[in-house]
Amino acid sequence: MSGQARVPSAAHAGLASPAQVTFSPAQLAEVRRLQGLYPDPRAALLPVLHMAQDTFGYVSLEVEEYVAGLFALSPAHVHEVVTFYTLYFQTPKGRHVVAVCHNLSCHLAGARAIIEHLEARLGVAVGETTDDGRVTLQSVECLCACEHAPMMQVDDRYEFDLTPEKVDRILERLR
Amino acid sequence: MTAEKLLMRNFDRADSHTLEAYRATGGYTAWPKAQALDPAAIVEEVKQSNLRGLGGAGFPTGTKWSFIPKNHTGPVYLVINADEGEPGTFKDRYLLERDPHALLEGMLVAARAIRSARGFVYVRGEYVEPWRRFAAAVREAYDAGYLGRGFDVVVHRGAGAYICGEETGLIASLEGKKGWPKLKPPFPAIKGAFGAPTIVNNVETICHVPHIINRGAAWFAALGTKTQGGTRMYSVSGRVKRPGVYEASVAITLRQLIYDLAGGVTGNGRLKAVVPGGSSAAILRADEIDVTLDVDGLRNAGTMAGSAGVIVMDETVSIPEALMVVARFYAHESCGQCTPCRESTGWIYKMCQRIVEGRGTKDDLDKILDVARRGAGTTICAFYDGAVGPYISYIEKFRSEFEALIPTLIPT
Repeated sequence: MSGQARVPSAAHAGLASPAQVTFSPAQLAEVRRLQGLYPDPRAALLPVLHMAQDTFGYVSLEVEEYVAGLFALSPAHVHEVVTFYTLYFQTPKGRHVVAVCHNLSCHLAGARAIIEHLEARLGVAVGETTDDGRVTLQSVECLCACEHAPMMQVDDRYEFDLTPEKVDRILERLR
Repeated sequence: MTAEKLLMRNFDRADSHTLEAYRATGGYTAWPKAQALDPAAIVEEVKQSNLRGLGGAGFPTGTKWSFIPKNHTGPVYLVINADEGEPGTFKDRYLLERDPHALLEGMLVAARAIRSARGFVYVRGEYVEPWRRFAAAVREAYDAGYLGRGFDVVVHRGAGAYICGEETGLIASLEGKKGWPKLKPPFPAIKGAFGAPTIVNNVETICHVPHIINRGAAWFAALGTKTQGGTRMYSVSGRVKRPGVYEASVAITLRQLIYDLAGGVTGNGRLKAVVPGGSSAAILRADEIDVTLDVDGLRNAGTMAGSAGVIVMDETVSIPEALMVVARFYAHESCGQCTPCRESTGWIYKMCQRIVEGRGTKDDLDKILDVARRGAGTTICAFYDGAVGPYISYIEKFRSEFEALIPTLIPT
């Protein structure tokens, strides 16, 4: 994707360098707690990968290897899992992720215009991150909030009934 | 038609997600009754209620429960599919956010019925707020002693993959793997999560269970049709005046849902087409909406009730463009395991794209239909069959609209 050239450097986005890929003792205790919730501790892999991404910014190959070690799994298995799911980032992402739904109900409600508006405002194409590392723009499949189409997810939050003006107000909040 | 609300009865209360509000409105009264019942009696009651799975497949819930081997001595798991992802569907999001204790009480009853000591709730990764709400309810239920006394609940977050809504894909994902579906048999009830007998049920399905215990199978069955009991939550979106989630009997018609509940059609006001059960359901034309929305009613109409995600299109909507959007979804979400699905979804999306862009060839439509038909029924899971529903129905029912975009077919 053309976005590769525009991803910010790890340092720019305030991310950990590979040498710092280590959980704190409290986080390691949380890993063990999660592993204990399942009949097979390896079932905690997805939750621990969420934790790793929150901690290290994205799931680099170093992070995959580190997490694999926590589960006595091969790095190849962890890589297979990471690459299967859309919510794990394998390259640095912006401080905020703006994910616009482009599925049918949002399409009928004008999602394309919302995406074009975001591309113009942010100066990036879908899949890219702004030069200052502030926002990664995505267009995604159904987020299941079709009653409020067009809609998008900004980090953890769903934003409903979008208009260009509302999108501008939301962008202003993102630092 | 606007029957009493069961699933949405508390949605108007701002505190509906709390244990206090749930108890104040009759919550956790079914659980003590179920505790006095033999597990087999609970299964029988749910069978008699004609409750059918509301996640998509419409399988009779009590019958599914009865597949757990009778003399099994090891662990049995109850897995709740809260991986809502079918385009056009948003009901489970409401239930997780606004009535999480209804799900927990239903799980307690279901777990007793199938003799399970541990349940897992698989929430799609994007549902951060619903996940937090539900996790908070789980903590409340532990503090109040509903959980932790013979039944434990683990809340599991997915990581973004539509295929994990398929029950064997969901189980693989729950086990910490990529969400590749498995061949059945063995069915999960025999060999499911962690190799143990497992029942996977949708959120909404399980939320109905306390009502069945409280008011009886006969009462629940009478709310619906001869072969499906109860109400369900319809997610209505697209070109309607009042998009939203509506609870009504499974016996109402699509016309009643669109015009009486959702306020009628917007855009130019003239209905063109409706997707009745999430994007995997075959599309219906405007003259095909006098059908009841129960599983068998829609099956007889050549489509499916699916997840009851209803997407309405007025006459200004381009059907080829809609199919392109739907085809992009299936191309993106195919897990890649089976060749017919992986290849066909990708190529059909490309063909839809070039038709919409005015670069279609005269053979494209028949080629799409041919590829769709050849692949149907040849894959491990129902995903590709779900994609075939829209491919075939959009083109067969609106063929002239597609042809009008193909240069060599445009009359000169």
